[in-house]
Amino acid sequence: MKIQLKVNGQDLELEAPPDRRAVDLLREELGLTGVKEACGSGECGSCTILVDGEARLACLLLAAQLEGQAITTIEGLAQGEELHPVQQAFVELGAVQCGYCTPGMILAAVDLLRANPDPSPEEIRVGLSGNLCRCTGYQMIVEAVAAAARALRDQGRSA
Amino acid sequence: MMLEIGQAAPRADARAKVTGAERFASDHYPPGLVWAGVRRAGVPHARLRGVESQAARAVPGVLAVLIARDVPGTNRQGIVHKDQPVLAEDLVRHAGEAVALILAEDRAALRRALALIELDLEPLPPLLDVDAALDPAAPSLHDRGNCLLAAEIVAGQVDAAWADCAVVVEGEFHLPFQDHAFLETQNGVAQLLPDGVLTLTVSTQAPFRDRFEIAHALGLDVLRIRVICPYLGGGFGGKDGATVQCLLALAALHAGGRPVKMVWEREEAMIAGYKRHAARLRYRLGALADGSLHALDCQLHFDTGAYAHLGGEVMELGLEHAGGPYRIPHTRMRGWAVYTNHPIGGAMRGFGVCQASFAFEGMMDRLAAALGRDPLDLRRQNALRRGDRNCAGVTQVHSTGLVACLETLSRQPLWRERRAWQAAAPPFKRRGVGIAAVFNAMGYGRGLPDAAIAKVELTSAGTFRVYNAVADMGQGNASAFAQIAGQVLCQTAAAIELVQPDTALALPSGSSSAGRTTYTYGNALIRACEAMKAKLLQRASLFLFVDELASLALLPGKVRHMPTGRDLPLGRIAALLPEADRVSIEQFVMPVAQDVPATGKAFLIGFPHVFFAYAAHLARVEIDELTGKVDVTDYLAVTEAGRVLNPRNFAQQVQGAVAQGIGYALSEELRLREGQILNPDFARYLIPTSLDLPAIQSLAVETVEETGPFGMKGVGEVGVNGPLPAIAGAIEDALGLRLHQGPFKPQRVLAGVGQPGPVPGERP
Repeated sequence: MKIQLKVNGQDLELEAPPDRRAVDLLREELGLTGVKEACGSGECGSCTILVDGEARLACLLLAAQLEGQAITTIEGLAQGEELHPVQQAFVELGAVQCGYCTPGMILAAVDLLRANPDPSPEEIRVGLSGNLCRCTGYQMIVEAVAAAARALRDQGRSA
Repeated sequence: MMLEIGQAAPRADARAKVTGAERFASDHYPPGLVWAGVRRAGVPHARLRGVESQAARAVPGVLAVLIARDVPGTNRQGIVHKDQPVLAEDLVRHAGEAVALILAEDRAALRRALALIELDLEPLPPLLDVDAALDPAAPSLHDRGNCLLAAEIVAGQVDAAWADCAVVVEGEFHLPFQDHAFLETQNGVAQLLPDGVLTLTVSTQAPFRDRFEIAHALGLDVLRIRVICPYLGGGFGGKDGATVQCLLALAALHAGGRPVKMVWEREEAMIAGYKRHAARLRYRLGALADGSLHALDCQLHFDTGAYAHLGGEVMELGLEHAGGPYRIPHTRMRGWAVYTNHPIGGAMRGFGVCQASFAFEGMMDRLAAALGRDPLDLRRQNALRRGDRNCAGVTQVHSTGLVACLETLSRQPLWRERRAWQAAAPPFKRRGVGIAAVFNAMGYGRGLPDAAIAKVELTSAGTFRVYNAVADMGQGNASAFAQIAGQVLCQTAAAIELVQPDTALALPSGSSSAGRTTYTYGNALIRACEAMKAKLLQRASLFLFVDELASLALLPGKVRHMPTGRDLPLGRIAALLPEADRVSIEQFVMPVAQDVPATGKAFLIGFPHVFFAYAAHLARVEIDELTGKVDVTDYLAVTEAGRVLNPRNFAQQVQGAVAQGIGYALSEELRLREGQILNPDFARYLIPTSLDLPAIQSLAVETVEETGPFGMKGVGEVGVNGPLPAIAGAIEDALGLRLHQGPFKPQRVLAGVGQPGPVPGERP
């Protein structure tokens, strides 16, 4: 089927079987390999993307469900060379180790901060609990999200 | 930003990883690729009488179906013992055994064809525990029998020593298999190029060794194999050794020159991947009346599953650490690594030491209780100090910082105020605090040179390129190398470029494992950078007509003649040097123990070790009386691993290791029934989420390891050894319940809730 959608700000028209998984479409057709797959069954959050601003799992979405949607992947989060405050905080505060959970974790955090611009550490942990990380123990991720929230508030921005 | 040792510099790979630009092995989709997949046995033990592949071959898009007889070489892989077939011949030894390999145009065809393979299997009774496998009447899974390796380490006169002991405690401990659960599953791409070079891009911890594995298994020329190793999406030991490598290489030989891609799905990764060994540990520990440890007798049985992988070496390290980081003059420590029909036990962070730590620290808590001693004080009394002999009889001639770790821990509020905290438990909750003292050896040990060869190049632009040769699986060694190069060469971060391991560009430097990565390669890199610096000053002196090298300084982007202030940009020097003169290559080999005790003779390699990192851990737990659920509310790790090169990366390693250790303590258990894994996915095999872990506090106790690069030792592993015993101790503190079996799931803990709890303040 023909699918019209917006990906990282760009309008696209794609031809794809309606049951093609969004994660495959994004990685293999569009080359957006920042969308990671680690479980294929919605348990780990690595394939998190933003669909109309809300965090969704690309391994559980089918191509047909993307029709008319605006998709943001990790590749579309920075403004040119300028990192999004969540990305910046992840770099500066050690929230990245192997980096495989990182794209999904960052997008989940962006979604969280949009809904709750001033989360407590506990609220950050709840908000990210659908995203597994095997390297960090989450602590520096929680600290980075809190720092990004502060930076966004200081800039008077929303995530 | 100048790169300097000791600063919390952001990692070199962080920016590419937060923007999605970093390309892991799994992100490679070369044009024209073919998909490859494996049909696995599905039964733990069987005679393989035949493989019917007609229907699979008939699926449109299927290019080839390969079985054992299509493997051109020995069809054997394995790091030390070559006992694992690439594709099964006549015997299936575990449920994840690879039997047939299929190449197809797309994944849909591949999936259909894999399902259509028919295996003619004659089921055999599986060997499901070490006792059954060691029974002389048991069928042999391998030519050497079912005992992969049996060994003992003996010091002093243990039999005579019991008579002097005022207190003797005994215990038996059990641990299940643990999965690495790295997020990037085993995968890669391979292609036979027109020049005859087989090129693989693989998520691997040992690209240089992989070439030998492939060459041996497939009968190829090792120098005609190139392995490229991008950043890994996690490894933790599970990508040390052949996973997809030989299968991919075999597929590439049948793909007509097209690239082949293989990605194990999560379930396959858990069924076929290596595991932390299940273990049973039997202990008897005696002390003198003053609390001095005096005698230890222990037997450690490791279930290595179907194949050796590094099972013998894991057992070796477990045995060498079986007495804990303490002085014990009389020891007899015996170990067995035993084949069964279980998943393959292999390398995992903590490498046998994790299991031993549960036992020896459990015994220390029992001893403290029996002696009426404070558990921290008893550990401090017996802690290894520099100059002591450890439980294997090896003199600790290098940095040994355990006492400082314990003393630092003893000053923390989490320890000092524990009784008040315990007494303030809310209704239906019980609280306890536990500690553990742990250590972990660094390096391969004696008999297998732990070597690295570093290469640094001055680019034509006047910047420096470091050819990392040891996989960065997320631990940040590549960033540490940039920091080391920046320090020695006096350059900014922007002037140091990192190239990830590629056997065609870098030089053999061992595996990313054993806490040796930054130590060994880092030492080689210091030498290479110093040689580069000396060379640049020498060449600059010619160009500047300078007589005295001492008057020249290597500065960011230039060499300056200090007396005159004249600058020579590095780009100019590069333009004047032939390419061969712009490279420095240096080797380093880790020192080994010089007092080799006359024991452990069964270990042909890897015994003994001489460098150790140390840590003292504290866990606070709150237990729900109604459900038995254990919450770790606070965690503190005090770690000594020489000097800290980068405080943030050091804390990353400690926190990450502790997180995996807490998972091992509370929830992670490969559930097996009749050789089948019952929980091969993240819905049923539970690794900690952000809600399952507390804030993990990491404190460093710095020493200077004089042989280390800028004084450091490996810090990646020691942290995983502490949580299991510390949490066990905390649960005992809360409930008076001694747990002998991990993980401490609610049903195991609930049994102890009914027991009378300790009265706060009355216990030592």
